[in-house]
Amino acid sequence: MNHVGQVVKSLFLLELLRGLRLTGRYLFSRKFTLRYPEEKTPLSPRFRGLHALRRYPNGEERCIACKLCEVVCPALAITIESEQREDGTRRTTRYDIDLTKCIFCGYCEESCPVDSIVETHIFEYHGEKRGDLYMTKEKLLSVGDKYEKEIAAAREQDAPFR
Amino acid sequence: MAEWIHLAQELGWILLKIVVIVLPLMLVVAYLTLAERKIISYMQVRLGPNRVGPRGSLQPIADAVKLMFKEIILPSGANRILFLLSPVISIATALAAWAVIPFDDGAVLSEVNAGLLYVLAVTSLGVYGVIIAGWSSNSKYALLGAMRSAAQIVAYEIAMGFALVGVLMAAGSLNLGDIVRAQSGGFWHWFMWPLLPLFGVYWISGVAETNRAPFDVAEGESEIVAGFHIEYSGMAFAVFFLAEYANMILIAGLTSVMFLGGWLSPLEGILPESAFALPVIGPLLGGGIHWFILKMSFFLFCYLWFRATFPRYRYDQIMRLGWKVFLPLTIVWLVVLGVAIYIGVPPWFEGVAG
Repeated sequence: MNHVGQVVKSLFLLELLRGLRLTGRYLFSRKFTLRYPEEKTPLSPRFRGLHALRRYPNGEERCIACKLCEVVCPALAITIESEQREDGTRRTTRYDIDLTKCIFCGYCEESCPVDSIVETHIFEYHGEKRGDLYMTKEKLLSVGDKYEKEIAAAREQDAPFR
Repeated sequence: MAEWIHLAQELGWILLKIVVIVLPLMLVVAYLTLAERKIISYMQVRLGPNRVGPRGSLQPIADAVKLMFKEIILPSGANRILFLLSPVISIATALAAWAVIPFDDGAVLSEVNAGLLYVLAVTSLGVYGVIIAGWSSNSKYALLGAMRSAAQIVAYEIAMGFALVGVLMAAGSLNLGDIVRAQSGGFWHWFMWPLLPLFGVYWISGVAETNRAPFDVAEGESEIVAGFHIEYSGMAFAVFFLAEYANMILIAGLTSVMFLGGWLSPLEGILPESAFALPVIGPLLGGGIHWFILKMSFFLFCYLWFRATFPRYRYDQIMRLGWKVFLPLTIVWLVVLGVAIYIGVPPWFEGVAG
């Protein structure tokens, strides 16, 4: 009897019609697609985009050349050289991040004891020639200077969870 | 001299008719690709192409321009002549069958009495395009795709032919126009009803014949990359593409001609005669090319619907379906049909046998 039921079921394409009904319903459902340049998804304050080096409000750069980020970086994208300044503090002379190597894991930001290296909300950037994605200390600091307000706001928002 | 002018006139007239059929057909093919992408994406809860022109309406033009500017690469091991000939065979057979399709009462390029046989013959030739393409590419994937397609088309051609024998028995004619006329008299007189199993078999075989999902093992992008047209690029590929879509439209048209009464209106016999005499709506309600186009659109939509719904058949399942399900089914129904015609089952076969 069961066998006959099976034959009838397959002969009248019942399962296939059920499949068609399902896709037919989805034809009219609301679409998920975001029309990207016009519409954008909300970004988390923890978003890991383009890197930046931050400064203190008095203009002094935060980075103390502890090299924790360089050590923790799993992609070996960070290169740091440092020296002692006249006032006795240690600062970097070179702080490079190769964005073509970077995997945007966020470990550098996690490891930083002074919240100097951060990953910002910026993800729409590009390089037009070789080396454009090799971020030097100057470039990183200028990104930090330009977006300090947004960076600080994002850190502020995330602070209770850190 | 006068004879020559007469001949030239005749020829020019035929050429004009061909252009009138082929040009809109090509346009429909172009926009069928867009409809396919749009409908499938809507069923997958996406939006589909929406960048070129308003709501993506110029996408087919952009695609065509892209394909035209791409290089046609000839593989070094390929048979050059056959390699370039096979897309031509594909498109020629796909377009040639349109000669006997009646768009409206009398609106047909050539009123052939053996129209059904002509259609069967010409559509079967299309497989040569695929096989020659697969062989001449000198690529293992292309050859595999061609072999699959050959076996599949041979298997389904038989079921398809038997389904058409049913149509032939019911209509008593091989002329496609006469087949449509035999279905006149209202919605219930369409061959779809007395030949329901054959209708199903024909439609599914038609999907298989055009190598469309869920029977697209000839392309099988996940296992043999793109099958028979893997080595083709640029316009040569585009011609295969055109042929495939022209074939889809052809099968949709044939199914509506043979089972859904072609240009006949479904309202015939339901509305009173006076409704068809109304000034503007009358001709719309009555039979005409618009009903034919509507029926074809339904089947074309089904093609896309199937593609969005069903996973590809496994190869042995395709063969099983063709040989062990469709073939017995059609033969059994031919017997049933013969009996029905002999005893003159109303409302379809009263007085046919007499």
